[in-house]
Amino acid sequence: MVTRRNPVMGVLFLIVNFFCLSVLYLTLHAQFIAVIQILVYAGAIMVLFLFVIMLLDLGEETRFAGKGRFRKIPAVALAATVLVEILLTVGVLGTPAGQSERSVEIGTVEFVGHALYTGYLLPFEITSLLLLAAMVGIIVLAKKKLGSS
Amino acid sequence: MIPLSYYLSLSAVLFTIGVAGVLTRRNAIIVFMSIELMLNSVNLALVGFSSFLGDVRGQILVFFVMAVAASEAAVGLAIIIALFRNKQTVNIDEINIMKW
Repeated sequence: MVTRRNPVMGVLFLIVNFFCLSVLYLTLHAQFIAVIQILVYAGAIMVLFLFVIMLLDLGEETRFAGKGRFRKIPAVALAATVLVEILLTVGVLGTPAGQSERSVEIGTVEFVGHALYTGYLLPFEITSLLLLAAMVGIIVLAKKKLGSS
Repeated sequence: MIPLSYYLSLSAVLFTIGVAGVLTRRNAIIVFMSIELMLNSVNLALVGFSSFLGDVRGQILVFFVMAVAASEAAVGLAIIIALFRNKQTVNIDEINIMKW
């Protein structure tokens, strides 16, 4: 995804990635999250990305001559450092040997929904407020200035 | 049975690809897509822990992360559209009006 110069190809590869992640969630017995992943990410967010890319009609990213090329080396080195750090942490910390026997039970829509609407009701309502605020903000940002038509 | 460390390693690799994308790419939309990729890798780690520890709270947190990611993507794309309308570019090297 990050190596493609055409953003549309990047979006399509990212959608493939989301579907693969969704299958991985299924192997972890998290059916609800897997369905939500496809619906929200592949269905909604990536359509939004694709729509904006087509709306702006960007074409291919211009390649920078000279100084831009050398800036990539420290960036990749930094990313590799992050990878090594996380992998070391995973290696040092002991991880549980097998999936919990409750994992089949807790991944269902019923169980997640019950937890969401009882113990986590207030964060859930705050999420709806966040979405409302985001919606209002988007309309304000994306509309044209009044009078300029 | 796939061990948890495989899931965590895949999550680390995805996160690293996201970091590399944010640091190397100059197109603002692709930078946003890389951020989405990083959020997804964290989601994978959370679901993995949730499944292996038998705790539903990981999946609840993933739900909230997805809601925040959706609103973040929408607001970010609106900002990109507003920027493009003003400066006719989405190249983040040319967008330096907030630089002091």
